Amino acid sequence: MIKKTVEDVSKALEGVHDGMTFMLGGFGLCGIPENSIAELVRLNVKNLTCISNNAGVDDFGLGLLLQKKQIDKMISSYVGENAEFERQMLSGELEVELTPQGTLAAKCQAAQQGFPAVYTPAGYGTEVAQGKETREFNGKMYVLEEAYKADFAFVKAWKGDEAGNLIFKGTARNFNPLMCGAAKITVAEVEELVKPGELDPNQIHIPGIFVQRIFQGKDYEKRIEQRTVRKK
Amino acid sequence: MLDKEGIARRIAKEVKDGYYVNLGIGIPTLVANFVRDDIQVEFQSENGILGMGPFPIEGEEDADLINAGKQTITALPGASFFDSAMSFGMIRGQHVDLTILGAMEVAENGDIANWKIPGKMVKGMGGAMDLVASAENIIVAMMHTNRAGESKLLKRCTLPLTGVGCVTRIVTNLAVLEVTDKGFKLLERAPGVSVEDIKNATEGTLIVEGEIPEMQL
Repeated sequence: MIKKTVEDVSKALEGVHDGMTFMLGGFGLCGIPENSIAELVRLNVKNLTCISNNAGVDDFGLGLLLQKKQIDKMISSYVGENAEFERQMLSGELEVELTPQGTLAAKCQAAQQGFPAVYTPAGYGTEVAQGKETREFNGKMYVLEEAYKADFAFVKAWKGDEAGNLIFKGTARNFNPLMCGAAKITVAEVEELVKPGELDPNQIHIPGIFVQRIFQGKDYEKRIEQRTVRKK
Repeated sequence: MLDKEGIARRIAKEVKDGYYVNLGIGIPTLVANFVRDDIQVEFQSENGILGMGPFPIEGEEDADLINAGKQTITALPGASFFDSAMSFGMIRGQHVDLTILGAMEVAENGDIANWKIPGKMVKGMGGAMDLVASAENIIVAMMHTNRAGESKLLKRCTLPLTGVGCVTRIVTNLAVLEVTDKGFKLLERAPGVSVEDIKNATEGTLIVEGEIPEMQL
């Protein structure tokens, strides 16, 4: 067994500095690496490029980094929930690369699996495809989208073991597994860190080979964006 | 004329036994409420669930269980969870039978715009570009005109496109229409709406052939 555990979030983020490109898992506020984001705020690293499906809300998730103007460029598919984000984008303070959600997932997965680029039909004929190579396969047009390159990937899992094996829960899985191994260093924070052998190998979503550092997360807020319920 | 619920009710009739269905945000989300309960249907939400159920009972919300609109949901028996690449693999690979989404504009050639108003509103396309580029069966659910009273069914879209030549069917508060090579073909009128009303509210080419029946809801 190759041990991947580090004692806390500050050890997990060693080597992070200004100007880096990060991948951050999560869909909305679901499955975001809360501990790593808090540490990025504390370290106050700046001029960051962040690849993340969304940009959090004004006072949580990546919104916390936006508030402190730590991010120069965001690569996302949907940013509608964040007023400060929209302000910075429309004023030109923040560079934004809007990318179709499936393409964003594919570009992460391509980086993880060693594909330099992938063809997708998404965005063909729209401004997303401008300046990109296109090609016809079986009578349909596709756009060539290159794999992302990132310095760190920050992901959040439900359970993990000391070997870095990960299991995700519900729809908190989303982009997290695709970012593992897609950056030079992958940092996984988990709600429950267990000893090797305690997780059933049949149930592992991401094998530890894709993870360099794993730590026991704490104080998860797991904020809900849209609380919708029905009566009993 | 239909309200938003009426549009959803009409679209629900397009959902057939054995369909896997992706519902967009807004009116499309309401469709799930009106699907017949004697057929087998599974709803997909592109953030990573098949077999999506209704909102949870108060007190049972789970932050790790949401839909693409970030609303808390439930998982029905037989549901599955998956990552975003697999989710869009289902969509791109055309395993999803029906996609229902909203739009700001639809053109008579099947182009759709629903993600950006330059200089005003830029929220992003989310999964819409992937959905419209791959789905074979796309129904647009929208009001026939915008708040200023202008037609949303146009000769050509004026807003940045989400996808080209992809919309097959449109259900609005006034009508059911099919996108054909020659323009919008009128299939049904909403209750109390005349063909003339629909003509007046449609900027794109409207094809009217024979008697146009009223929608059965």
